[in-house]
Amino acid sequence: MSQAKGLNLTLKIWRQQNAKSKGKIETYQIENISPDSSFLEMLDILNTELIDKGEIPVEFDHDCREGICGSCSLYINGEPHGPGKRITTCQLHMRSFKDGDTIYIEPWRAAAFPIVKDLIVDRSAFDRIQHAGGYISVNTSGNTVDANATPIDKHDADEAFNSATCIGCGACVAACKNASASLFVSAKISQYALLPQGQVEAKDRVLNMVKQAEKEGFGPCSNTGACEVECPKGISLENIARMNREFLAASIS
Amino acid sequence: MILDSKIPEGPLKDKWTNHKNNINLVNPANKRNIDIIVVGTGLAGGSASATLAELGYNVKSFCYQDSPRRAHSIAAQGGINAAKNYQGDGDSTYRLFYDTIKGGDYRSREANVYRLAEVSASIIDQCVAQGVPFARDYGGLLDNRSFGGVLVSRTFYAKGQTGQQLLLGAYSAMNRQIAKGKIKMYNRHEMLDVVIVDGKARGIIARNLVTGEIERHSAHAVVLASGGYGNVFFLSTNAMGSNVTAAWKAHKKGAVFANPCYTQIHPTCIPVHGTQQSKLTLMSESLRNDGRIWVPKNLEDAKAVREGKLKAVDIKEEDRDYYLERRYPSFGNLVPRDVASRAAKERCDAGYGVVANDTNEGVFLDFASAIMRYGKEEAHIKGIENPSNEEIRKLGEKVIENKYGNLFEMYMQITDENPYKTPMKIYPAVHYTMGGIWVDYNLMTTVPGLYATGEANFSDHGANRLGASALMQGLADGYFVLPYTIGDYLANDIRTGAIPTNTPEFDAAEKKVVDEINKLVNNKGTKSVDYFHKKLGLIMWNKVGMSRTTEGLKEAIQEISELREQFWKEVRVPGSADDKNSELEKAGRVADFLELGELFARDALEREESCGGHFREEYKTEEGEALRRDDEFAYVSAWEYTGKPSEAILHKENLNFENVELKTRSYK
Repeated sequence: MSQAKGLNLTLKIWRQQNAKSKGKIETYQIENISPDSSFLEMLDILNTELIDKGEIPVEFDHDCREGICGSCSLYINGEPHGPGKRITTCQLHMRSFKDGDTIYIEPWRAAAFPIVKDLIVDRSAFDRIQHAGGYISVNTSGNTVDANATPIDKHDADEAFNSATCIGCGACVAACKNASASLFVSAKISQYALLPQGQVEAKDRVLNMVKQAEKEGFGPCSNTGACEVECPKGISLENIARMNREFLAASIS
Repeated sequence: MILDSKIPEGPLKDKWTNHKNNINLVNPANKRNIDIIVVGTGLAGGSASATLAELGYNVKSFCYQDSPRRAHSIAAQGGINAAKNYQGDGDSTYRLFYDTIKGGDYRSREANVYRLAEVSASIIDQCVAQGVPFARDYGGLLDNRSFGGVLVSRTFYAKGQTGQQLLLGAYSAMNRQIAKGKIKMYNRHEMLDVVIVDGKARGIIARNLVTGEIERHSAHAVVLASGGYGNVFFLSTNAMGSNVTAAWKAHKKGAVFANPCYTQIHPTCIPVHGTQQSKLTLMSESLRNDGRIWVPKNLEDAKAVREGKLKAVDIKEEDRDYYLERRYPSFGNLVPRDVASRAAKERCDAGYGVVANDTNEGVFLDFASAIMRYGKEEAHIKGIENPSNEEIRKLGEKVIENKYGNLFEMYMQITDENPYKTPMKIYPAVHYTMGGIWVDYNLMTTVPGLYATGEANFSDHGANRLGASALMQGLADGYFVLPYTIGDYLANDIRTGAIPTNTPEFDAAEKKVVDEINKLVNNKGTKSVDYFHKKLGLIMWNKVGMSRTTEGLKEAIQEISELREQFWKEVRVPGSADDKNSELEKAGRVADFLELGELFARDALEREESCGGHFREEYKTEEGEALRRDDEFAYVSAWEYTGKPSEAILHKENLNFENVELKTRSYK
């Protein structure tokens, strides 16, 4: 762990009281931040300073701080989850910044993700897409076949796992010029499409989930690949290709 | 108060089957008229919500996160245990039961633990049917690995993201029921009280965290699946929002709280970097399958490492102390968590720590020998003759990357060091709480109609939980235990009809909640909530942490009580109560931690023995191992609230061991 001296930074942060009010960028100075601190620890320190001054702290979503719950969702210097590849905001550390830097911090911007307050957005549209088919219809009775009754090709199992690692953070939507949710939707569809258990309902699943995504106001995919670049879990564009194949097959049959 | 554990009669292996055959059922038509509230959507709550809804009950689920998928079960890394014996290495229901009882240092209930082992195999079948992508071998069958405190490989896993995959499985089962309207989901809601009507749990008061609105929700039964209370230490591996509030409010309404002092301090976490830290990160126990733990043998070398003058890789083999292998030759690096944590503390206290933080707390977790071992294997498989060390190393690194890639990446992100090339530095951190709300065999608390599942209850792990058993317990409770046992109680409610919320009991509960919120936001204090939380955390870590003494615990009780008074006088909660206000949420949670912390320390003081995660300096063997006192302390400490933590009344549930012999745990 480095013993480097603290960073002094200028923060430009989006502040907005609620969904209906108008927001604006506010400027804050912060000093002596350890390069070993995480980005969110830096915001914790800012908030403590604001409280000590009698001001209202900045609201932002966060929880596990280990890059897995998908709560954190900051648009930092024009990039979802900030600089660095394959990490969430909570995994971003201050050693990625230099003393004297100015950092812009904004919420995800998408019509389907309305702002709740400051940097917090409402991502319940993602839940509703999952309600439309993000499951296998099996009751949780435990009276299923033995787990090893159906061998699954290791490559398929590994690919299904890779798709299933999506954390539902919404960075793909924030990165996309169309605010498309295709990477998110296709990851779930792929997980099930790659497993034998998912085959029975495959057609209804892809049709219903894609329809719901459109209904929520997410835009169409125009294959720029920005989502894949910014995805903290490295969900691949191949998922979108697979979803399109599944969708086409389901539509014409 | 008499604690009736309601353990069924009969031989251990028949108890659960007999019990299921004998309890009352609710017919499908009547289930439609019964409402159940589930608080929390982790593995225990998510699985319970889905299953109860499938059975036909009307379920209302609550979580403080913006989606049920974000509950902290998601962060569990290593795996889930099940007695499948797919490896043919001698595993069985009995062996999983025995390992769990022994691992818990003989402080859990035989009947509950046996049932857990018994249903474990169904969990894996269920999850595979739901599309959970567990790791598989090249034949397409499920793969297993080994965890601490056991001699078989029974842990199923999905890389280092097993919790995520299992939770998404439970979440998908919930989604199916949400789509059908059988679960009504309340995201960004926090339960702030339980409502008792005629002695029964009949609803909750919840706050909508976006609008600040205080809401009344009624039901015929309430299930708390709200997780553990490790955040009483401020720094822990828990999520930032993990809290004791739902459990504590239930405690104050009559639910007895069991074994609050049983805390799991996990041996492999990333060491503290400094005072700006808000959160600690776990490195999965699975790493101990291949990583060797050591510190320098010589104090000068340890000092030189801390000062940055000596690199770990330059310390000769003979100058390294692989202290777990030295002290525990048969289990080696895979001793249970409590044993591994204490051994790390012992070395660091003796001056051998390798991290330059305030307390020199840190030891090495080294993959070099595993990399070379795997590398040689790979070279052999690939038919490479006389491979160079460099070739072997490269091949070995690839194997390690396949097994633990995401964990290594996580480590690099946080520390800026490359664990493929230099050993990881790790140190114990608060991770899990075995204590929790007391429940009987049916998972019902001492309040009729109020249930507790998963980490929120106390029932299965005794004084120390084995790795990969938390996920097992959460899903066992939610999928396979509670949905049956709750019917026994609800069978009496088929004619009750909907529970009204316009009653004096709801009025009173709501008023209390509103009063406390107003008190917090109107307080004219000067100090932030975190100021108090950090102070509480330091008291807990220093005096109620990995080693505890009579003197330290007495001081802690006094200091926490004083800190609580200061909190209510001097805390400042900015903003208002009628919109999103994270500081207000934290304030309520810290207020509850300040009460729990005192009871926690009292429980630790009262338990004059060492067992599992509870280590009293006064009670240890000559070799420094935990010294249990079975004659006097083979019981569950169950605390009844009477107005103040200092006045809580201790009840004892004696633990009877009919199927295992109480022995001193030995991992040597």
